[in-house]
Amino acid sequence: MKSVDYDSVMARRNETMLSALGLDYAPFLQHPVTFDYEALMAQVAYSLDAVRDIQARAGVGNTALIELRQINRLVRKLAPKGKGARIFVKDEAANPSGSYKARRAALSLHHAKASGFKGAVAATSGNYGAAVASQAAMRGLDCIVVQEVFDSLGIGQPEIVEKGRACEVYGAEVLQLSVGPELFYQFLRVLEETGFFNASLYTPYAIAGVEPLGVEIVEQMEAATGAAPDAVICTHAGGGNLTGTARGLIKAGASACEVIAASVDLAGLHMASDTDFNRKHFTTGHTGFGIPFAGWPDRTDVPRNAARALRYMDRYLLVKQGEVFYVTEALARLEGLERGPAGNIALAAAIALAQDMDADQTIVVQETEYAGAGKQPSAQLSFARDRGIDIRRGDPEDEVPGASVVIPDHPSRLKLRDVDLSRVRKSLIRKARGMMPKGSALNQDDIDFLAAETRSGPQFVSDFLKDMSDG
Amino acid sequence: MKCKAGDWVRIRSVVLAPHERAASIPDETRAVPLEMRVKGWLVTNEAVIGDKVEIRSTLGRGYHGTLEAQNPPYGHDFAAAIPELLRAGEELREMLAEPDGESA
Repeated sequence: MKSVDYDSVMARRNETMLSALGLDYAPFLQHPVTFDYEALMAQVAYSLDAVRDIQARAGVGNTALIELRQINRLVRKLAPKGKGARIFVKDEAANPSGSYKARRAALSLHHAKASGFKGAVAATSGNYGAAVASQAAMRGLDCIVVQEVFDSLGIGQPEIVEKGRACEVYGAEVLQLSVGPELFYQFLRVLEETGFFNASLYTPYAIAGVEPLGVEIVEQMEAATGAAPDAVICTHAGGGNLTGTARGLIKAGASACEVIAASVDLAGLHMASDTDFNRKHFTTGHTGFGIPFAGWPDRTDVPRNAARALRYMDRYLLVKQGEVFYVTEALARLEGLERGPAGNIALAAAIALAQDMDADQTIVVQETEYAGAGKQPSAQLSFARDRGIDIRRGDPEDEVPGASVVIPDHPSRLKLRDVDLSRVRKSLIRKARGMMPKGSALNQDDIDFLAAETRSGPQFVSDFLKDMSDG
Repeated sequence: MKCKAGDWVRIRSVVLAPHERAASIPDETRAVPLEMRVKGWLVTNEAVIGDKVEIRSTLGRGYHGTLEAQNPPYGHDFAAAIPELLRAGEELREMLAEPDGESA
């Protein structure tokens, strides 16, 4: 019998993950840094049309594209003359489990069933758990979700409790853990015990499943406005949303469309802290995931992450928690759409960005999510207020994550805040160099790979490598 | 509260004691155990809260742990409206009630 102590289970992690994926990662692990990313994505044995067909049969995709006419009027009132791009939103809340995550789960679970797995396991505290549970239910597969839900007092913030409930509703066995990255140990134990499929968010299937979202955006915008959008904004955490959408945009011929990430600024809060856990009013789409995953994608439950957001990211904008709650209110009051937090992060960024773009340009916010109990600003902010968080109107620039939430006192307070992408790029290159064995250097192939990884150029990579060795 | 076999319950167990936890995590997290809660049908004949029990999950998998609750409510809800947001909503409606004109 295998030993199940922490060190033994972690030591078997690679063999456990590989047998639970039905994919051969060996060709992509021959070099510590460089691998053929397109060949990894080509492991998905379905064409784009086949993916769309599989998803349509599972009730996934083909969601409405809605122009936010009232918010666009507001933007025009705020913007300088000639400015004020039109904002559209892709209503992904209409997917079976209430979010775009159904797209990622649909293809993964189709593949799991076709490969003969009896069930699937997902390690996620987010909408993805419900998506996997829902897609497993409709295929007659078993589903286990391993979630980080509680602090050491057994308290979970309302949105995360809701996400657990949703998994149970779809028939999943839900293992709810207290705070800590060792959740991964429990996840591995479940994989070993069950032999189920690892429904990771980061397989090529989970990314290819998002590509139709980018394609639909181009098709629907061409029908609505006669052209592909000028910019698409994606709420960014682990990187799969942006990666899959951008790949879909490119496949649909919209290579010129600017791809923009948006995250909630949670600077100062530690993601593995038992005491910070319930002082975050967003469970995902925040900088605690967004920045580290952009700067180094291979920190997941697969040997190579297929979500490589920095390859596709033209720009990365930060929004404040108070701005997102404000925009959630605006979406309900002005557009008659009550939607959950995820897409509203990108929408907050879009409202600021639109004022900087020309009036004849267009922006697509590429997701909404459902709004169940626990997901509303009322639930989140009441919970926060009970824990002593200062909630007030004012300038969101004054917000301190974990201490205050500042709801804008005027829509002109919504601001563009750019992450310095050259810093993120350098961080990735530094980490890559650190992966190389002592005495070996990165060659020209590796430099070209890192240029693609960081959406920069070979010169940028070489210059920075030289700076590091000089420094 | 007395629970009997077949009741839908929640149990709690320790996955890792503090000394078994990863070295890289913050001190406040390493000071407490990694705990797991799971729900299922009680297998143990009779038990009260705090007893060591066995359950079967909805998938039929067995778990052992401390009985914590019988059919616990989820507990999360919509809570109360946030007056700061209600006012913000009213202000936005008012701004749009004004006719559109160029404002720079």
